[in-house]
Amino acid sequence: MKTIIPILFTCLLITSCSEDNDDTATQVNITFNFTHNWDGTSVSNANFNSIQYTNANGEQLSITKLRYIISKITFQKSNGEKTLLDGYNLVDVTNGTNLSFTPTATIPSGNYSHVYFTFGFDNDANYNGNYPDLNSASWNVPSMLGGGYHFMQLEGKFIDNTATETGYAYHAIRAVHNSKTPQEFQDTFFEVDLGAVTITNHATFNIEMNIAEWFKNPNTWDLNVLNNMLMPNFNAQVMMYENGQHVFGLKSFTP
Amino acid sequence: MSCIFIFMGWSCSNESVETYVATPSPLQIPQLFEDNILNPVIPVDNPQTVEGVALGKKLFFDPILSGDNTQACADCHAPGNAFSDADRFSDGIDGIRGNRNSMPLFNLAWNYDEKFFWDGSSFSLEHQAFVPVSDPIEMKSSWTQLETELQQHPEYPNLFQQAFGTSKIDSTVVTKAIAQFERTLISSNSKFDKYLLGEATLTPEELNGFNVFMDETKGDCFHCHGSDKNPLWTDNIFHNNGLDATFTDLGLGAVTGDPADNGKFKSPSLRNLAFTAPYMHDGRFATLDEVINHYSEGLQNSSTIDPLMKKVAQGGVQLSAQDKADLKAFLLSLSDDEFISNPDFLNQ
Repeated sequence: MKTIIPILFTCLLITSCSEDNDDTATQVNITFNFTHNWDGTSVSNANFNSIQYTNANGEQLSITKLRYIISKITFQKSNGEKTLLDGYNLVDVTNGTNLSFTPTATIPSGNYSHVYFTFGFDNDANYNGNYPDLNSASWNVPSMLGGGYHFMQLEGKFIDNTATETGYAYHAIRAVHNSKTPQEFQDTFFEVDLGAVTITNHATFNIEMNIAEWFKNPNTWDLNVLNNMLMPNFNAQVMMYENGQHVFGLKSFTP
Repeated sequence: MSCIFIFMGWSCSNESVETYVATPSPLQIPQLFEDNILNPVIPVDNPQTVEGVALGKKLFFDPILSGDNTQACADCHAPGNAFSDADRFSDGIDGIRGNRNSMPLFNLAWNYDEKFFWDGSSFSLEHQAFVPVSDPIEMKSSWTQLETELQQHPEYPNLFQQAFGTSKIDSTVVTKAIAQFERTLISSNSKFDKYLLGEATLTPEELNGFNVFMDETKGDCFHCHGSDKNPLWTDNIFHNNGLDATFTDLGLGAVTGDPADNGKFKSPSLRNLAFTAPYMHDGRFATLDEVINHYSEGLQNSSTIDPLMKKVAQGGVQLSAQDKADLKAFLLSLSDDEFISNPDFLNQ
């Protein structure tokens, strides 16, 4: 999908009314690059489709698809003032698209005590928006699971306990007990902290995902048990959320 | 119909540059498409025009495109079959049959990656229209022969003049015209469309069938075949859906040369299944029941089977008889009778 995942309505929102004391600040663009590894070994779509990784549970596996959404990149100053780059980016490793994301909105240069983004969508973005590019990419979650959108699709094959190559579909969504009436939800989007930075010019954040972490910490993932039909599996979604806390890191930053 | 000549700019020597523009005819985008998915892909060098669409329609139904003037596009893409072929394999002009089922034609402008044919071997609708003319087991003509015949035809040179501002006919303008017509083949008036628009009521069976379709523990069809939020009912992506343990037709793999693509074929839209039997890239299933049984208990494992094909060792998800019947009822609610009877799409 080379062109159909544009970033929609990227806009700049200043959410604080506090006085800006940085008179010398200039407006700068920010770029976010997304790279991926398996416990330190670089992963791209060139490495897909062959069983070459081993997860924490000892299962050998391949990756055939990986795409995920990040949203609400936020720059917070020490005085609490926040600059929100609204919008989202669907990182599609399978097709090698949107691995670099430069929002059209700019932010003021200066010191920021806390930079972060959301993995997935928060509930407002997930349920109150209808995104044609995501619908076109079949990124929806069925209404019976609460609707909204996937947060991640990680798929591949693994060698199961009978030495058979078996598919897995590790799809992350908002956790839901859909057998209960009314449905019970638990939030599974999470904030990814990029730390404090000083931005002097057009800055670049190089963000890295360690894919192995999805299977590792704190929940050692057993693909023989949890390999498919995970979207309606409340506990599996919570486990994905817990393991996701350790997945992302800031590899480098160019101010 | 009106054709417009516009004058663009003046040079220093007071020479005008004259550019011909036919009558614009933008696609009428259905409400559900407008509300939910990205805009259609219209090439900048082939905008939709009244004259271009009319010419494309005439060409589509004209056997002049074949080597012996016996076969038109519509012979293998019949309107009554949602522009597919009721035969498993289509006969070429010499009676030779291919090894793929004729793909139905509708909503083609929303194929965002623009990869056409079951194996994605054509990029752009224009190129897709280029291929069958000279294919030795299909129309078995040559572009040189066809261009000559059209050039000597009593009507076509004038029609090309009106559509493209040139009476010189070549493969570029022929395929542009056909592609323009094909882009008008929009299907959006099925019972399920009307249900989503609040204009129809589904039966309990159809509603349960939709739930089976959307339930990851049952049909789980939505990951590849769209949903109430994606009215195309396809992802237009290539998958191995577990038809064979070994491949006699490599599909996408033969195009890319990547063994990881072997056995992968484009997900077809689930619209208009009432008219498009037989099913699958090779038309192996004569009925929808056979298709559903395949996903329920007929899956074959292979190295490239899609990870979304679940419980492969058991043959599939083992749907109950009731769920199968309801899934079929829902699928048939995606068929669009108005589409196959639309006079704009018929040879009249």
